[in-house]
Amino acid sequence: MGKKMQISLTVNGEVHDILAEPRELLIHTLRERLGITGPHIGCETSHCGACTVDMNGKSVKACTLFVAQADGAEITTIEGLGAPDALHALQRSFREHHGLQCGYCTPGMITRAHRLLQEIPNPTEEEVRFGMAGNLCRCTGYQNIVKSILAAAAELNAKEAAE
Amino acid sequence: MIPSAFEYHRPGDLASAIGILTEYGDEARVIAGGHSLIPMMKLRMAQIGHLVDLQNLDELKGIRVTGSAITIGALVTQAELIAHDGLATAAPILREAALQIADPQVRYMGTVGGNVANGDPGNDMPGLMQCLNARFTLVGPDGSRDVAARDFYHSAYMTERSDDEILTQITFAPPAGGFAYEKQKRKIGDYATAAAAVQLTKSGGTVAGASIAMTNLSDTPVWSEAAGAALVGSTCGAEAVMQSVAAMLGDIDPQQDNRGPIDFKRHVAGVILARAIARAWSRA
Ligand SMILES: Cc1cc2nc3c(=O)[nH]c(=O)nc-3n(C[C@H](O)[C@H](O)[C@H](O)COP(=O)(O)OP(=O)(O)OC[C@H]3O[C@@H](n4cnc5c(N)ncnc54)[C@H](O)[C@@H]3O)c2cc1C
Ligand code: FES
Ligand code: FES
Repeated sequence: MGKKMQISLTVNGEVHDILAEPRELLIHTLRERLGITGPHIGCETSHCGACTVDMNGKSVKACTLFVAQADGAEITTIEGLGAPDALHALQRSFREHHGLQCGYCTPGMITRAHRLLQEIPNPTEEEVRFGMAGNLCRCTGYQNIVKSILAAAAELNAKEAAE
Repeated sequence: MIPSAFEYHRPGDLASAIGILTEYGDEARVIAGGHSLIPMMKLRMAQIGHLVDLQNLDELKGIRVTGSAITIGALVTQAELIAHDGLATAAPILREAALQIADPQVRYMGTVGGNVANGDPGNDMPGLMQCLNARFTLVGPDGSRDVAARDFYHSAYMTERSDDEILTQITFAPPAGGFAYEKQKRKIGDYATAAAAVQLTKSGGTVAGASIAMTNLSDTPVWSEAAGAALVGSTCGAEAVMQSVAAMLGDIDPQQDNRGPIDFKRHVAGVILARAIARAWSRA
């Protein structure tokens, strides 16, 4: 056992002060310690993006971060984007355009897509494909994921223009 | 996939970071973005007693572009490098190469300093920095020194940097003329099967100067002086390109692995270099 350290994380606006070994991976902290099970573990080797969360405004793979590195960070997971009775535009769009089948990759997909739309609010199809290259899906064949993201972008832009 | 235990340090300045490295010797290791180191630690190919996180070292951040020199702090991430318009104007080959590294999540964490210090022959930035004739600044307990990228790599994971030194910044003169970073990979996000970095200048319709470096075709990046020299004075026609490729093939030493057998890699290296030269020439 390694020495534990005091770590403070803000996840979806809530502050968590925990005592953990620095080698604990952020994805394990979120899922097992804090019960935030939206981010999934697909590969655990930095390839699939199922564990994607937003940290200090960046999309990151939570399986490739020690919790100690995240000490002091602000983290958003899929739970922070929308709720069952108040879905985010991306969540609605994925449902409407059949952007998921088994749903395993979906929290990572949507969390990454959310950041992508901050980077490029009105992306082309090619920009969506390139910007989502760190997220793998074994079911949908990607067409409907891309469609969902483009539709959500159009909805969000229309809403912004109306305001 | 759980690495062995370590003690974590997050020093606030460069002097304290070097102090920790000096105190713990070869038990200590720095971490920048962690996207090469953490996978190695998970596989227990790297066992580290003291992990020194560089994230608070502001001295290692930022990009400076002047007419005579470009300086990139070691902690600049690939994402920051891509986003920097001044850099993209002064040295566009950097953005072209960085966009071919890994995927958006990895580029948000991975740093330029970590990419060049790592010593993995698969990393893209070392060959690029050799092409640009960059210098790496290393700071240790005995002070600071500059090492040319072309002299930095000894063999896989063995570099000129000693354990108690930190790479703080990368400096090079703004490149002139045409450029190309061409990379063949099995899928998006993969390391190179073969990659070529080319900068060339044109004068009176012929090549005035050319710098060529290859990635993942030897246990170090390969700056091929002969491949560049073969183009000088030519109009970059088929014959000159063939001679440049032949010279490059004399300097690389690829090994068989899951990216293919040696003959295939040599073939791909030739195709990629010819494409890179053509693109660089069209932009010169
Ligand atoms: C899925 C995936 C795909 C990838 N694809 C590519 C690719 O196509 N091309 C590519 O080039 N890379 C690729 N990488 C690697 C990635 O770019 C790494 O981020 C990079 O190699 C290392 O940078 P880092 O900041 O993450 O360094 P770290 O992992 O933190 O460190 C790497 C090594 O360098 C040392 N180090 C780091 N910073 C310093 C410093 N300032 N001074 C001294 N030593 C230092 C560390 O001690 C360690 O030994 C990929 C990674 C993943 C996970
Ligand atoms: S679980 Fe993190 S990238 Fe696959
Ligand atoms: S919906 Fe099944 S993995 Fe993407």
